[in-house]
Amino acid sequence: MLKHTYALALRRAEPILQDGWARLGRLDPRYPVSFLITLILVLGEARYGILGGYSRLIIALGTSVATELLLSRWLRGRFANVASAYITGISLALLIKPRADLLWPFALGGFLAIASKYVLQYRGRHLWNPSNFAISLLLVAAPASVAILSHQWGNELATNAVIWCFGLLIVSRVRMLHVTLTYVVCFIVFALVRIWTVGGPLLAEIAPITGPMYQLFIFFMVTDPKTTVSTVRGRMIVAGCVALAEAAIRLAADYHVAALSALYPAPPILALAIVGPLANVVDLRKSRVVPLVSA
Amino acid sequence: MTLPSWRRGAVVASFLLAIALVIALNGRAERGTADSDTPGFHFSEVAHQVGIDFLHHGPTLDRKLDNIAPLVGALGASVSVADVNNDGWPDLYFTNSRFGQPNALYINRGDGTFADSASVAGIANVNRPGEGVSMGAVWGDYDNDGLEDVLIYKWGYPQLFKNMGNLRFKDVTVAAGLHQWMNSNGAVWFDYDRDGLLDLYVTSYFRSDIDLWHLKTTRIMENSFEFASNGGGHRLFHNLGNGRFEDVTDKMGVGSKRWTLAVAAGDFNGDGWPDLFLANDYGPEELYLNDHGRRFVLSRVGLENDSKSGMSATLGDVMNRGRLDAFVTNISEPGYLFQGNNLRLNFLPELGRFQQAAEGALVDAGWAWGAQLGDLDNDGRNELFIANGYVSADRDKSYWYAMSKIAGANGNVFEDAKTWPAIGSASLSGYERSRVLVNRGLTGWKDVAAAVGVTDEYDGRAVALVDLFNRGVLDVVVANQNQPALVYKNSVTPGNHWIEFKLVGTHSNRSAIGAEVTVETSAGRQLRIVDGGMGFASQNDRRLHFGLGQATQVDRVAIRWPSGTVQTLERVGVDQLHTITEPGSPR
Repeated sequence: MLKHTYALALRRAEPILQDGWARLGRLDPRYPVSFLITLILVLGEARYGILGGYSRLIIALGTSVATELLLSRWLRGRFANVASAYITGISLALLIKPRADLLWPFALGGFLAIASKYVLQYRGRHLWNPSNFAISLLLVAAPASVAILSHQWGNELATNAVIWCFGLLIVSRVRMLHVTLTYVVCFIVFALVRIWTVGGPLLAEIAPITGPMYQLFIFFMVTDPKTTVSTVRGRMIVAGCVALAEAAIRLAADYHVAALSALYPAPPILALAIVGPLANVVDLRKSRVVPLVSA
Repeated sequence: MTLPSWRRGAVVASFLLAIALVIALNGRAERGTADSDTPGFHFSEVAHQVGIDFLHHGPTLDRKLDNIAPLVGALGASVSVADVNNDGWPDLYFTNSRFGQPNALYINRGDGTFADSASVAGIANVNRPGEGVSMGAVWGDYDNDGLEDVLIYKWGYPQLFKNMGNLRFKDVTVAAGLHQWMNSNGAVWFDYDRDGLLDLYVTSYFRSDIDLWHLKTTRIMENSFEFASNGGGHRLFHNLGNGRFEDVTDKMGVGSKRWTLAVAAGDFNGDGWPDLFLANDYGPEELYLNDHGRRFVLSRVGLENDSKSGMSATLGDVMNRGRLDAFVTNISEPGYLFQGNNLRLNFLPELGRFQQAAEGALVDAGWAWGAQLGDLDNDGRNELFIANGYVSADRDKSYWYAMSKIAGANGNVFEDAKTWPAIGSASLSGYERSRVLVNRGLTGWKDVAAAVGVTDEYDGRAVALVDLFNRGVLDVVVANQNQPALVYKNSVTPGNHWIEFKLVGTHSNRSAIGAEVTVETSAGRQLRIVDGGMGFASQNDRRLHFGLGQATQVDRVAIRWPSGTVQTLERVGVDQLHTITEPGSPR
């Protein structure tokens, strides 16, 4: 009897789920991504107090949204959708771990992230993922004040598994799964190459990708539809190049190359900050796309 | 210029301005804010000059830990102060941490020099295979015979030495019931049930079933960098009064599994019963409130958030409120990690919680270890001395990047020591300078280390404050890992007054550990506590030192003895040491 009821419920639910799945696919990608980052925020804060104070969130989010509204109205004569600024604000609140008493990195980070979309453009498109730009800039220009999210995530497999499940689901619906998977595969391949080159425990080289910084990187930065190139093949090549640049940074760190030490705290984020814009410029030049007004 | 391009220009200018602001603000954070006032004190490093030539040797461990041996074995330098021979001059005890290397007991000759008498006293050669190595020591008169005894906590079996007088000590560990293997980095004497006998709380860092010289597994490390709960299992030993101690850990509810590096005891909620404050590595601090000596309650008092790499538990009246606050050192490394130091202002009686108040120079002191609060210039306000630096090896190689690879990983990866990248000859937060912070009131804390002559870059661990030469000023003794101990002799600009108290318990434990003294002058009030171990791997002079600034009279002195007796003294003379015996007939 129970089995029959269960089967019936499943049959009835199936079209609803299918319909929901299809609707998800048609949604502006920013909305499911907003949902995912909100999930990470709520989960991280409830379980680990990951924010380190709500003032950080309020400032990062407030500055990002306000800058978006202000600049869009000022330069384009209309208010932009703030979903992108929302994602940026939360990303900054999660990823920036400054000296305990400093709040300015969130304010300036939020402003610079959103302003970069309006200032650093090529053929009408912005080149950097906003939070990637702001975090990279803060890490390189303000290392005495800013660090990056590293271990403030409890180091638990279960929490990571939840993020990965939702993350994979959402990037697949926003048609960016190929980017995530390409990057992950390349990361692992290059990790093996690094081990072969410099030695060391395998798990230590693979370990970073299970960390919280990478979860945000893989699901929100490297897959950002607004700052990826136009073709699937191209995006996969770019993801591979990001992983390659990251591997180069890591190798430099393994050999203690002092000149590049500013890049060592967050190799993937800085690798994307280097490779991403270059790839976009090449792509825009090559494809000669009609200038796109970026959201 | 058309309107849109003018607007765009304004946005570009704002953008560039914001970048410039980032650089400027970072520069300010890097430099700190300048202190315009000249400090009213200056240190001279005199260790060798006064006959203290102690060199610490870190432990050598099981070869299975070779890849990270410098990290794991980076503990063990400690210093504690006691008047071992009751001659009125404070003596110093330093621990060593390698098999065959002796601990040192520097007896203060009273003429400005010291002589190591540990070997003669029988407390030198305690670092032996099969028994473990010293990590620190705390002194207290556990049998109330008027002589300070010592508990040496170890990675191994702790050892309790009874002071027999005439500079002779007897190992009574087994008879006392303390012969339990622990990997301990902290211990504190305190009388939790106020029966007049000192009890003992010993913390563990690594689990107690681990023998670091004969590992059965390499899965010995923390299972989380912020929420680890696979640490040692601490022990509370109740003093039965017949030379024996009873393990009451489970009964009293204080068996934390955190990776505790430091513990201190004090009455935080003002109920007259000493509580336990734990500074935990890889986890939040913990406060066990003492429920009238019947049990301890792990309390949610605002310690759950903020930095979670606690290294040192330092107690003191930070704001001269007559309240015991806590300062907990943590870890900061530019670009990688900002686990700032925590200053926990005590609002337990009013709000039931601590308030985090660290800011400015107080927040970031590098990889900070031991710290002590004391009035170094006798102006009536506390200064802070903080020892820093973890592993100083090759200056051009840093292990921070390698460690960051596994820091975010899942716990079961880095719990296994063999998955950690090899450190080789790299440093990890090495060559950091000690900090000396002065409290400038509204303008905050300022670092004056260089200005007052503290410029060493040793890997500092333990800090103890003591009026070493009985001059009415606090000197600073620092134990450094794998490096020489330092004695900073203090020269205070004349003009400020001071007062000191030596307390002798009668109903309370003879050492008066746990006694609180509040001094009131026209300038305000200050609280000090007689500590049974505080900071990291250290214990201060049990004589309490108060700077009085320009005050030439102390209006009132209130002593709250561990027994609960409150004694009040009025119009007490300044610029002298007062020996106060607890009132009432002895037990």
